[in-house]
Amino acid sequence: MANRIPRVAVREQDPKVRATNFDEVCYGYNREEAMLEASRCLHCKNPRCVTACPVNIQIPEFIAKVCEGDIKGAAAIIAEDSSLPAVCGRVCPQETQCEGSCVLGVKGEPVAIGKLERFVADETLGHASTTCAPANGIKVAVVGSGPAGLACASDLAKWGYDVTIFEALHKAGGVLEYGIPEFRLPKDKVLKIEIEEVRRLGVKIETDVIIGKTVTIDSLMDEEGFKAVFIGSGAGLPKFMGIPGENLCGVFSANEFLTRNNLMKAWREDYLTPIHAGKKVCVVGGGNVAMDAARTALRLGAEVHIVYRRTEAELPARREEVHHAMEEGIIFDMLTNPVEILGDEKGWVKALKCIRMELGEPDESGRRSPVPIPGSEFEIDTETVIMALGTSPNPMISKTTEGLEVNRRGCLVANEVGATTRPGVFAGGDAVTGAATVILAMGAGRTAAKAIDEYLHQ
Amino acid sequence: MFEILSKEMLTPIICRMKVHAPRLAAAAQPGEFLIVRADEKGERIPLTISDFDREKGTVTIVTQKIGASTADIIAYEQGECFADVVGPLGQPSEFVKMPEEELKKQRYILIAGGLGTAPVYPQAKWLKEHGVPVDVIIGAKTKDLLIYVDEMKDVCDNLFVCTDDGSFGFKGMGTNMLEHVVSEGHSYTQAVIIGPMIMMKFTTLTCKKLGIPAVVSLNTLMVDGTGMCGACRVSVGGKTRFACVEGPEFDGYEVDFDEAMRRQGQYKAEEAEVNEHHVCKIGRGK
Repeated sequence: MANRIPRVAVREQDPKVRATNFDEVCYGYNREEAMLEASRCLHCKNPRCVTACPVNIQIPEFIAKVCEGDIKGAAAIIAEDSSLPAVCGRVCPQETQCEGSCVLGVKGEPVAIGKLERFVADETLGHASTTCAPANGIKVAVVGSGPAGLACASDLAKWGYDVTIFEALHKAGGVLEYGIPEFRLPKDKVLKIEIEEVRRLGVKIETDVIIGKTVTIDSLMDEEGFKAVFIGSGAGLPKFMGIPGENLCGVFSANEFLTRNNLMKAWREDYLTPIHAGKKVCVVGGGNVAMDAARTALRLGAEVHIVYRRTEAELPARREEVHHAMEEGIIFDMLTNPVEILGDEKGWVKALKCIRMELGEPDESGRRSPVPIPGSEFEIDTETVIMALGTSPNPMISKTTEGLEVNRRGCLVANEVGATTRPGVFAGGDAVTGAATVILAMGAGRTAAKAIDEYLHQ
Repeated sequence: MFEILSKEMLTPIICRMKVHAPRLAAAAQPGEFLIVRADEKGERIPLTISDFDREKGTVTIVTQKIGASTADIIAYEQGECFADVVGPLGQPSEFVKMPEEELKKQRYILIAGGLGTAPVYPQAKWLKEHGVPVDVIIGAKTKDLLIYVDEMKDVCDNLFVCTDDGSFGFKGMGTNMLEHVVSEGHSYTQAVIIGPMIMMKFTTLTCKKLGIPAVVSLNTLMVDGTGMCGACRVSVGGKTRFACVEGPEFDGYEVDFDEAMRRQGQYKAEEAEVNEHHVCKIGRGK
């Protein structure tokens, strides 16, 4: 019978209104909505959603607590496996993970697991009651305070380790702070509080320390007494296309554009860091970062085009983000690939020269590869071009650490539990896989935490 | 928090501060730079490291008031703290890693323009300490804008000072001074040029004319300083390089200065707006 209740829709800010502000798009469920939605769960004996979750949250169990109205109980169940539920409830690609494998999804709509997680996390934000094992005095260093580092540090701290996270930027959070915009993940209301929870477990976070420059992995282990190190330094280097005109004024990496806006809060008048969007912006790329950059530029007052070489069906961004972007008025120029950026006499962008594409044979990834249509070049007038083509790991650590191998894509080489080629040094998240998702990084951080625990007890 | 241990105004708009940053001081090398964020709402401002003391855990920075953010930095007083000081960033100067054999064969001329004199100081000091012949040219528009004249005397073999208006030392620009010094019989195997982009462009041309290889230190725009944003991209020998992690020093002969100057001015319109409305908030209610 529970089956017959349709998925409870989540309330959102009106697209026309939200296109002009940085407030959160989604309002989330209230208690009544959450309990109704929770009642749809079938509590499968072999819950496929749990296996599909990279950190294996006991989903049916926490949902059962929500059904009973025991939100604290639900939060305690989630906390066993996730240190950032308010973040994950917002940014996880649930449609391909937990919700993607929900039995209800076969014939209808899956349970809104993500929205339920978010509700539980928001209701209990700042009131976690996790207890830690007695301190064992063993020091472990974590490099990077993004999702991988925070997840790894949380588990280790719970088991009694003396954990210090080293962060290169002035604020903790990694990509959650500099990359994901306020309208998807509020910084002060959500992120800051979840990071505070990690601190309350006893984790120290030292900002303004660049591992590989300020100190090295060697000096942490040899001079500062850290017995193991986890590297979760992410994939921070922007890619460019290598086409003519990329160094013109008005061409930015999505990393620069988003860091100015998110970390440096350039969208706020009272912060000093400048940002340039102009009247018209072309964002090149089709992933979540492209959507974030486009929707940010829109909120700064620009007309925004997404320029992508395949079709809508191949867009790597989450469906929800694409849908939100379309609702807000982002223009999608599909099967379009830039070949050159044209500048004016002062060295500023004036147009993006593109070529039309068509889909050919499927490539290695199984997606049909785009092929240029000869002679179809055309120009899009624009003031700004933002390149959102993906990122790769920063070589700063691997270059300054003896015995730490990287593969040809610049990613750290690590085995399935995160052990690198150097004893005592573990790694996980984007630094190992290349750019992926928040939750996969968290999963890798937790796996490595277990491996570090075993390594230190050998 | 990073405490300011001492502060002195070298000119009405140039300020020298010694800041407590022990991890940074322990790692700093000549040629590298750091980033200061004065307070929560401030920009991340890249500044050169003009000296460091590993034992005392201090770094020295020299800041010139250019816009709102640099005005905020120099408004800080001794005993107050900057929110963030991070580094060292970039690559150390080439000579730091040069084999001793090769280093001994070198004769350096360091050419400083204006504020660029501050980062030239640790380079001269390092070379002098390692017994490498080193001369220095300091150039400024006028006498009041000259800095580090006395300090520099102690760390180089010959110091040449020039001002555009002739109010102190040789009358002329660094380029004229260099040609003059060479015409008097001094010869050099390597020049290092640090100053405003336009000064580095023309001094590089003079070096080329005189056949002296020239290294320049590029003060590009940047946000994080760790290779993440790419705001610092410069064309060197036709290739795009990131000044923050691959620089800031590059072969001057290969740098596209015109592009670098245009890119440096990318946020001029936005900055002008800020400067117009910005009320220096440092001194916070005092």
